[in-house]
Formats: sequence, C-alpha cells, structure tokens
Amino acid sequence: MSEKDMNSKVSEMLARSEANAKNSGKKFVRPEDEEREVVAPDGSIIKVNPIYDYFSGARPEEEKPRNGIVEKFLNWARAESIWVLGFGTGCGSIEIPPLVTPRFDMFRFGVQMRPTPRQSNAFIISGYLSVKTLKRVIRTYEQMPSPKYVLALGSCTINGGMYYDSYSTINRLDHYIPVDVYIAGCMPRPEALLAGFGKLKELIKAGKAEKANEYARNFDWYKANQKKIVKDWNMPDYNW
Amino acid sequence: MTIAKLGYTLLGLFIVWNWGFLMGAIFRKIGARVSGRIGIPFYQPWINFFKSVGVRTTITHGVMYYLGPVFRLTGGIGLLFFMPLIYTGDPNGMWTNFSFEGDLILILYFQLFGMLGMAMGAGEGGHPYSAMGIARGLAQHAAVELPLTLAILSIAIQYDTFSMYKIVEAQQGGFQNWVLFTNPFAAGAIILAMLGAMGHSPFNLVKAPNEILIGPATEYEGTYLGFMQSAGSILHVMEAVLFMNLVFGGATSWPELIVKTFLIYFWSVFVGMVFPRYKIEQSITWFFKVPLVLGVLAIIVFSF
Amino acid sequence: MNEILDKIKQKYNAEDVTVQRERLAFVTVAKDLAIDAVTWLRDYEGFSHFVMMSCVDWMEEGKFQLLYLLHNPDTKIDIGVKTYIDRENPVMESAHHLWKQIWTYQRELHEAFGIDFPGSPRVDENFVLEGWDDIPHMRREFNTKEYSEKTYFPRPGRKTYDPATYMQEKLYPNQPVTAKRKDNDK
Repeated sequence: MSEKDMNSKVSEMLARSEANAKNSGKKFVRPEDEEREVVAPDGSIIKVNPIYDYFSGARPEEEKPRNGIVEKFLNWARAESIWVLGFGTGCGSIEIPPLVTPRFDMFRFGVQMRPTPRQSNAFIISGYLSVKTLKRVIRTYEQMPSPKYVLALGSCTINGGMYYDSYSTINRLDHYIPVDVYIAGCMPRPEALLAGFGKLKELIKAGKAEKANEYARNFDWYKANQKKIVKDWNMPDYNW
Repeated sequence: MTIAKLGYTLLGLFIVWNWGFLMGAIFRKIGARVSGRIGIPFYQPWINFFKSVGVRTTITHGVMYYLGPVFRLTGGIGLLFFMPLIYTGDPNGMWTNFSFEGDLILILYFQLFGMLGMAMGAGEGGHPYSAMGIARGLAQHAAVELPLTLAILSIAIQYDTFSMYKIVEAQQGGFQNWVLFTNPFAAGAIILAMLGAMGHSPFNLVKAPNEILIGPATEYEGTYLGFMQSAGSILHVMEAVLFMNLVFGGATSWPELIVKTFLIYFWSVFVGMVFPRYKIEQSITWFFKVPLVLGVLAIIVFSF
Repeated sequence: MNEILDKIKQKYNAEDVTVQRERLAFVTVAKDLAIDAVTWLRDYEGFSHFVMMSCVDWMEEGKFQLLYLLHNPDTKIDIGVKTYIDRENPVMESAHHLWKQIWTYQRELHEAFGIDFPGSPRVDENFVLEGWDDIPHMRREFNTKEYSEKTYFPRPGRKTYDPATYMQEKLYPNQPVTAKRKDNDK
C-alpha cells in the first residue's frame, strides 16, 4: 500500500470514527442495521429494518411431543444420532478434536460434528464463556431446530471455575440457556465427554431432555438475564 | 401393464434408496477403517433420516427454498424413472422402468436438474456459503459435463442410438462387448468424469466441509435435510447405474447391479481416500486436460 | 547499543536508562518527546519493527506509564521507549501514522485504561468488550470481583481451597502439615 493510499484510508477511517463517536452513547445498532427508508432503483421508497427483515423475531413456543410410540421411536433416533455443533467457546474446545481420533472415536456412538446450527441438535459449551461469546451462543442456540440439547463442559460453566471473579466471563450458564448435562472438571478429559454423551442419550431416551420447551416456557426470565449482561443488544429478541 | 410397471419402478426406487443409504454408510465405514477407527454403525443413515424428519421446528425462507430439495429428489427419481435398471431381454420388461428411445438426452438433463434446483433453493436460503458452494458446484459440473457428454455422444455414434436400453443390449454377451473394451477412449473419459459427478474428494469443493460449512445445504434443516440426504443417496446409486449401463455392460440381475454399482462407487471413494481436495480452478483445469482429450479422441475415432 | 543510548540521552534528554540485557534497553523520555523519539528511532536508526505497546497503571503516583517497544532487525537490538502521562487526564499524542498496528494498540488502551489518543482511527470503537459501561476495566481501582458478584449470579456455596494444603490433606493425611496456607483467598 502506497503512502497516498494509506493517507486516504486514514482520513476515511477518521471520518468514520468521528461519526461513530457522534452516534455512540447508548446506541449499539450499527448504522447499516438501523431502521430506515431506502430509495429503490425505480424511485420508490422502501422501508427496511434489517435486524427484523432477515430474522424472525417471533417468540419461541412450546412444542408438545408426539404421542406414545412415535415419540419413543423418534427419541431413540435422536439419541442415536447426536449432531454436535462445531462451536468452541473456551479452552475446552481443545478436548473435542480428540473425539474424532481413533483413540476415542465418537462416531461409533452416533455422535458427529456438524458445521451449521441449522443441522445440529447438540451444543457443547466448552468451558468459560465471555459475555461477547455468550451473545453469539444465544444467537446460535436459538437458530438450532427444536429438540436441542446443551452439554456444559468444565467447572467454568457450573460456577465460574477459576474465572469466577473475572469481569468478562459468566458464572452460571443455566441462567442464560438451559443445560441438559454438566460435565465437571477443569478440563474434563475426552472420556468424560463421551460419558456425558452417554448420559445425554439416557435422558433423551427417557424423554427427559425437553429443555428447549423449558426455554420457551421461561423465555422472559432467560431474556431478562441475558439482557442484563449483554448490554449492546443489537439483534432481535429471538433470532431464528 | 403400466400399473405393474409403475409398481416395479417404485419398488426399484425403494431398493435404490436403501442401497444408497447402505453404500453411504459403507463409504464412511471404509474411511473410518482407513484411519484406524471403528466408525459409524451401518444403519446410521436411516437413524439420521428419521431424526431429521422428526425435528419439531422447521423454518422456511420461501417457495424456492422449499423447492430446492424437491428438485434434487426429482433429479434422482427422474434418473431412475427413465433408465433401465436391469437388462432382462424385454424392452418393456419389468425393471426397464420408463426407458424410451432417446432417453439418454433426458437422463443427461436430469443429471444437472438437482444441481439447478439446489442453486435456486440455496440462493433463497441467503447464506453466503450456500451461494459460494453452489457457484463452485455449477462451475465444476460444467467442466464435468463436457468430457462426459462427448463420451456419451461417441457411444451414441458407435451404436447409432440414443436409447439407453439399446446401448445396454449391444453390450450383452460377455465382457469383451462392454464399451470399456469396444470404445476405450469414451470409457476412459467417462471413468474420469465420473469422479467429478460423484462429488467425492478430490472434487468435493462443492460441500467442502470445514471450509464453507456444508455448502449449498447450509441453511437446510429437519425434513428438508432428510429429503436431501435421500436424494443424495438415490443420486449416488443412479449415477453409478448410469455409468454401469454406459460402460460396464449393464446388469442382468439385482446382485450384479449391487456388485457393479458398489465397485463403481468404490472407485470414486478409493480415489477420494488417497487424494486431497482440489481447488475449483485446479479441478476445472483437470477435467479440461486428460478427460476432455479422451472425449475428443472418442468422438474423432467414431466419427470417421 | 551504548552508542544509541548516548544519542537518545543527548537528543531527547532521556532519563532512567536501564540496560536489561545485552540487546535490550529501556529509556524514559518526556511525554512531549516520546513520539518524536520513536519516529527518530524508526527513520534514522533502523528500528523498523514495532513490537508492542503497553501501559502500566501507577495508581499511587497518579500516572500511567506507556511503553513503545521497538526492534532493529539489522542489529537485533530492542529499545523500549517509556513515558509517563497524567492519570486524571490521560491524553497521549497518537502514533497511528507510524505503524498501522498502532491503531489497534491504541484502541485497546483506550478501552482498557481510558487513555485518549486524539486522531487515532477507530479509537472509539469496541475492542474486546462490547457495550462496556463501567469504568475502564484495567484501571486498578476497578474491583473485578465485586463487579462479577454484582453481575453474574455467583453460585452460592462456592469454596476455594489452597491447592498446596488441600492436596497434602487429601494425599498424605497422616503427615504433619508442612505447606503453609495462603490467606489471599477466602
């Protein structure tokens, strides 16, 4: 980059930073996400609200399990095919890659990694969770389709662990999203994670892993807790 | 007669669907054993399918998003409907499905149909990685189609027909009559182009796990995903059947079909186990080198 | 090494020259001259690599200490230019025109200590904490434990053990306790 380019870039940045300083205060929505009117190429004026145009802001609803043997069969299928979202939040995410190696091999238990929240039904919160990550975790959790399970890994998710007095990491995960299985330890070894999957399977087969409905039922409480610490709430209340 | 034929075709569809799932599981199992793992149980794809169908919340992004998997499934079923599965000596026989004079052109079209449907569905899904995946997919498919179409035209010239049934019929009576030996240039082009059509490594940049999430299917979930898995398994088997009919003399019984499709499928799996993923420009230039030259040679040899 | 330190001493009236190792030295210059000194080192003495920039909070003295660490890839010498700024009114001349990575360092320091760098691009944007509304979190008067207890629902009944004594009690209960308990945690 030549000096001239850099200077023009600097002045551009300066203008942006001044605009930001003017806009800052208590507003966290980026300018491009604000509700506004846009002139279309044909001259008509369109109202856009990007945050709500791209995502459904509707409240989640409780979804009743199906009847009898159908639900039992589906629960068995869900238990035998756990698709884990590949999202590492803390130091525990280093315990997940060994699970696909020959030594631990989680595939034989029907557990696989899935790259997108739309296709996964289990979410491993691997270790400490900073507020910044929690915001992403909430978005991701809400995008997962309904029978969804959360495994909380490590003592950080239970009581804050060794980061209990940190200004940026949460102490108790179950105040923000519902947790099905806790795996204690700092860090738990991959075997413990496999045992956690076993426990989760038992819960699903027994029909007890209905935490997604619990989230919908206590939605206001969870949202209040989330909004208490996520101060720059610039997303819909419920993001699909 | 037609009703009975439809019944046999649907039965064939069911068998092909299950065989596709099993073949996918075997592929995963081989991959696991190559890397020293135990791997998934062989019935895992069925569980995945039922789990996907049993998901409670589904979202939709619009009509085209909904039609994406439907188009893909239509592509697979269309391939099956108009392609003879088993050669029985009777052109209206029970496993020839709805094969007719000139079905080869329709089959070539159906091969691309699913990809086009996915392009529209993924486009409406709106995920940037879907758009990237489908753009790469269409680019690579265009590169695959060129040698494949040249080779198929060469076979059509060789046997003077566009009927799949007649091509299979002409190859009966011993392996020396297979296109593999009577028209080696076309066979070579098809066998190489097949790697791209199957979409395994090294030509799996369309899905490219770990890089662009899962490609076109990024936004799909639940029932959509279940049907896309079904469509994928049907397409895999049917493409193997297509190449079996074109090059390896068709099949005269179900066991023969199973063995041949497995070996054809295994060829792409084997290559995938050995070679890492190509970038899109590498894969396109690869198809424009040896396979294209073989295809052109096949045309030249049988045109004069 | 000594040559360059002498030059800095003469030119910028540097005090408190510390030679840490054979090829690492720190100098302290006045606030007005710090950026001049860094520019001179970069342009005339070949210190073309900017290693890092950091800040130390001297709460008792009412000062922040800024450090610009530079590296000369030819002679393999590192020189840290230190300067003190007022803690009550923390404003420092921006050095974003020297190296582009200083943008990010200054943004970080602005968020962590509340130091203002007028003119530095994007200095007002969030760095790691999004929507922070308390006093800057790396200032020493900020009580992180209190903030955490106020904000993050501490789990009742949490106990902290001293690792040395606890492990000795668990593993060798019959032997006399030799490890001394530290009373910094309750």
